[in-house]
Amino acid sequence: MALKGNLRDFSIIQVLNLINLAKKTGALYIESSSKSAKLIFREGKLVYATTGMDAVPLIKIMARSKLIPSSAAASLSERYRTLNDMELGITLINSGYLTQDQIFTGIADFFKDILRGLFTLTEGLFNFEADEQPPSTSIPLRMALEDIIIEGSRQAHEHEDLKNEIPSLDVALKFAERPGVNIRDIKLNAEEWRVISYVNPKNSIKQIATAAKLNDFQIRRVVYNLLQAGLVEMIRLNSPVASAPPHAIPARNPIEQRNLVNRVIDRIKTI
Amino acid sequence: MQTQTVKIVVTGPFNAGKTELIRSVSEIEVVNTEKKVTSESEKVKNSTTVAMDFGRITVDNDLVLFLFGTPGQKRFDFMWEILSEGMLGFIVLVDSTRPETFREARGILETFRAYAPTPYIVVANKQDLADAWSLEDIRVALRLDPAIKLLPCTAKKKSSVKTVLLELLYAILEELDSTKS
Repeated sequence: MALKGNLRDFSIIQVLNLINLAKKTGALYIESSSKSAKLIFREGKLVYATTGMDAVPLIKIMARSKLIPSSAAASLSERYRTLNDMELGITLINSGYLTQDQIFTGIADFFKDILRGLFTLTEGLFNFEADEQPPSTSIPLRMALEDIIIEGSRQAHEHEDLKNEIPSLDVALKFAERPGVNIRDIKLNAEEWRVISYVNPKNSIKQIATAAKLNDFQIRRVVYNLLQAGLVEMIRLNSPVASAPPHAIPARNPIEQRNLVNRVIDRIKTI
Repeated sequence: MQTQTVKIVVTGPFNAGKTELIRSVSEIEVVNTEKKVTSESEKVKNSTTVAMDFGRITVDNDLVLFLFGTPGQKRFDFMWEILSEGMLGFIVLVDSTRPETFREARGILETFRAYAPTPYIVVANKQDLADAWSLEDIRVALRLDPAIKLLPCTAKKKSSVKTVLLELLYAILEELDSTKS
């Protein structure tokens, strides 16, 4: 019977756990509105992973893990363009460019990044095709899932907490009014600086995330840190930086508005 | 002459006492849509507000104050933006005896502030109970600026709710004054 469903009902962590415990062999296809991925398992261990449906070349994977300088990646790709991943891996080892451990580490890091990207999905279809094998030319890595499942489980809890703190990404940020605090004196990491550079009442948090290339989980974590540090405040999108007057009072001028509020006060006093 | 209406929104986590607060001062039977609670985590009470509470106080012949209570559970947060439109100010109600809801209260407060930059106050309900947190501790837990009013309250007592409403209205007047200057 096919193992398929929606991540809304059965989280990616639960799917991975099931594959791990049941020592399944086959391919797991994930398809959501924002990303798709293909993961292949052999007896419960991850042996192949790719986002989208196209395989990522080994040189690119090594460059992403900084095992090959990105400046050298293009020339190596060109030089070895006729070799498949398995042949290329052997060539890189024989030429002393990388060790076998480095190649396995680079591939494992790449797989973990793909899985981490899937942990934030709360909706999307999954389908497990039993017995599907990885391409015969791929490097035969077998990655145990326990550690990544624990990490994902922690991240899912953290994401849930962050969603409680920042329920909507359709609000904007403004700098908190804290006289005497110079933001340049505060130590921020690269992600936080990137977000800070887009803080503006006209930009929603969602737009900032897109511009800063952060997913929902990452942007919530950064914004949460900035809120905790008291550097920014959430405001309604496009609202002026200065606190706006209460616009809800159905009177046109301040005297009328005061009069109206005073009438309500007088009435409440009589309750 | 057409009757003018003004609106105050009462928000806060599940079971904070929003319905009770409105019921204490409304001159009409509070219109609400209550539903039997089915979720285990929400079985603190038997029924909960799934749409909104709606109370009314007639100010005079031309003016009516409406009190709207938001549904407490997060799954109804799509209602919040609709309810926050055109409000005079809002009250964030927290249950002083349930610190596990403070984080959620903080989130609701931030969300409402983002929807509408109107004056608001924070109200610590159930202060008459023995295990209620002190106002000072609640202020720290909610990370409230010292300028934000935090008031004790017992939502089932009319006099207590009256004080709360007056304090919010005074905050609105202060806001009007600061805008004028």
